Amino acid sequence: MISSARYSLPAIALHWLMVVLLIGLFTLGLYMHDLPLSPDKLKLYSWHKWAGVTAFILALLRLAWRLGNRPPPLPAAMPRWQKAASHGMHHLFYVLMLAIPLSGWLMSSAKGFQTVYFGVLPLPDLLARDKEVGELLQTVHEYLNLTLAALVVAHVGAALKHHLFDRDDVLSRMLPFRDRA
Amino acid sequence: MNPLRLVLAALVVASGPASAREFSEFQSAKSTLHFVSRQMGVAVDGRFTKFSATLAFDPARPAAATARLEVDLASVDAGSPDADDEVVGKPWFNVERFPTASFVSTAIRPLGGDGFELIGKLTIKGKTQEVIAPFTFRQDDGNGVFDGAFVLKRLDFGVGDGVWSDVTTVANEVQIRFHIVASPTASGN
Repeated sequence: MISSARYSLPAIALHWLMVVLLIGLFTLGLYMHDLPLSPDKLKLYSWHKWAGVTAFILALLRLAWRLGNRPPPLPAAMPRWQKAASHGMHHLFYVLMLAIPLSGWLMSSAKGFQTVYFGVLPLPDLLARDKEVGELLQTVHEYLNLTLAALVVAHVGAALKHHLFDRDDVLSRMLPFRDRA
Repeated sequence: MNPLRLVLAALVVASGPASAREFSEFQSAKSTLHFVSRQMGVAVDGRFTKFSATLAFDPARPAAATARLEVDLASVDAGSPDADDEVVGKPWFNVERFPTASFVSTAIRPLGGDGFELIGKLTIKGKTQEVIAPFTFRQDDGNGVFDGAFVLKRLDFGVGDGVWSDVTTVANEVQIRFHIVASPTASGN
């Protein structure tokens, strides 16, 4: 089919950039968490934090772009409940893309490790050092990430379902290349 | 020493006996010993919760003053439970073999005003280095309060060797900040 309404190029670029970044961040976070303390662990934590700040900035850009540019409409044939579910999920994605790095930033402050972007630009500590608050925020950071992971599974599942079973353009309009089908 | 300082020093010495007040009773609960390390470019605060000082300081006669500090290295708070466990181990303090770090003053010089300079030998992990630490002295509520800081190079003492000797991860320079409170000598004046 001809996909007349595609996402805008910036929206597509930001989407796939964040796919790569968030999968990397998630995997690194899971891996580094249980490592014994070593110089490598300190490096990985720093890289995770720098990538997290980058993801936060990209999420803000993405939100700004989204607010100024409506995405193409969902297929008219989609049941109303599916449209509602889709909108709800996308809202939740934006909330999580902002809340996850924010919780990491706050956790770092509470644990007494300031975030210094690329080792150069210090981010202000929004919280004072407090061990219990730090542990609470770590739990929050973990659960927000698990929620994001579950949401990603549902998102990918829905996209594939649209592409393979409904055979509509919901997936292809977000692909970085034009669908030749 | 410039002439003005000499005159001042002479005045201080001359007026010494009249205002002589020696501070020597270490107030453990009011004193703190902090350090700032840099990990991946990020300053991380740490401290030692157990340390003791033996000192005798009369601001009027700083040259006669002495100070000695003993730090229980196992009392370290290095910023995180992970780091606390790590830093007492062999590559860092190796507290099993070297439970304490010590500082013994060799000279105390007036810098003018309430500023002084503490010079002495710092021994950590069996290695001794001379350190020079500027500090200020003030009297607060009848107590003598000493605030000073200096920077040491951890590798001079073999602290954090092996994989940790890479100073791009944990910087070689560590700032030490001391806040020592002492009350006047009991039999003083």
